[in-house]
Amino acid sequence: MAGKIDPMHQFTIEPIVGSFQGGNPFVFTNSALWLVIVVGTIYVFMLGGMKRALIPGRWQVAVEGITGFVDNMVVGSIGPEGRKYLPWVFSAFIFILFANLIGSMPFGVIPGAHPFTVTSQFTITGVMSLISFAIVLGVGFWKHGLHFLSLFVPKDAPFIFKLFIAPIEFISFLVRPFSLGLRPFIAMFAGHVLLDVFGNFIVQALNANSPAGYGISLLCFLFVIFVSALELLVGAIQAYVFALLTSLYINDAVNLH
Amino acid sequence: MDLASAKLIGAGLAAIGVGAAAAGVGNVFGSFLESALRNPAAADSQQGRLYIGFAAAELLGLMAFAIAMLIMFAS
Repeated sequence: MAGKIDPMHQFTIEPIVGSFQGGNPFVFTNSALWLVIVVGTIYVFMLGGMKRALIPGRWQVAVEGITGFVDNMVVGSIGPEGRKYLPWVFSAFIFILFANLIGSMPFGVIPGAHPFTVTSQFTITGVMSLISFAIVLGVGFWKHGLHFLSLFVPKDAPFIFKLFIAPIEFISFLVRPFSLGLRPFIAMFAGHVLLDVFGNFIVQALNANSPAGYGISLLCFLFVIFVSALELLVGAIQAYVFALLTSLYINDAVNLH
Repeated sequence: MDLASAKLIGAGLAAIGVGAAAAGVGNVFGSFLESALRNPAAADSQQGRLYIGFAAAELLGLMAFAIAMLIMFAS
């Protein structure tokens, strides 16, 4: 009756086409399937809003709202020349947003469907933060050369002060790609573990067949609804934070302080 | 004490950090709201900084969670 709760099972990557046997790397997994679904949704969403009608419909307003929002953020934090970096920041923003929202949808109620959140794997978000940092380092060294290293030294400070601050700034810079990718990953991971644990509580309390069990089950159900709503909010905030921090880091590289 | 129970206690101790991060995130939004109500005209321009502060505070709690998960599930 009270089975062991295994909240980690939902994150396993299973092959759909092919198998991992013999170290075969070319496997179509559930992660790949949900990546395709996410990218397909983004494609359809963007295509429906890029009609450039003079009097925009609802769909076009939604798409233009998101593009305008990201454009404002990038230009606001980098300056007028920030528009060059808009393609990557916008792609990262809308990918994380859609992956988080699609991952939080209750597709599990459809029999046979196994929903999977793409951003709950560090490989995905980690590679995205590595791309962000490749841009930061590339732009920094290309624009400023070795002068880019002065990013770590505060401008108007006594020499002794600089001696202490520079290593700290350097370590903080080294941690950034790690923390940038860790943030969306853990937010999705933690939320889904919580949902899984309390989802199991609903069923186990129902199986207890007592009035107290029904009450606990109802409480857990309400809690799961609340956490699901919170997940939608957190998913949007994490996408925003990733895009905002990426544009701030690029601002460091472009403008040097 | 055997290893399994030590692991669970360690994971529980690591999870305390999440509560500390909750206080931090509450502080970020609380102080923002407090000053935003004093000067609502300046509030909108500080939204970006609000979320930077939120991200920094939240990250540490998430790290505590990650450590708890590592202790509990990594063999």
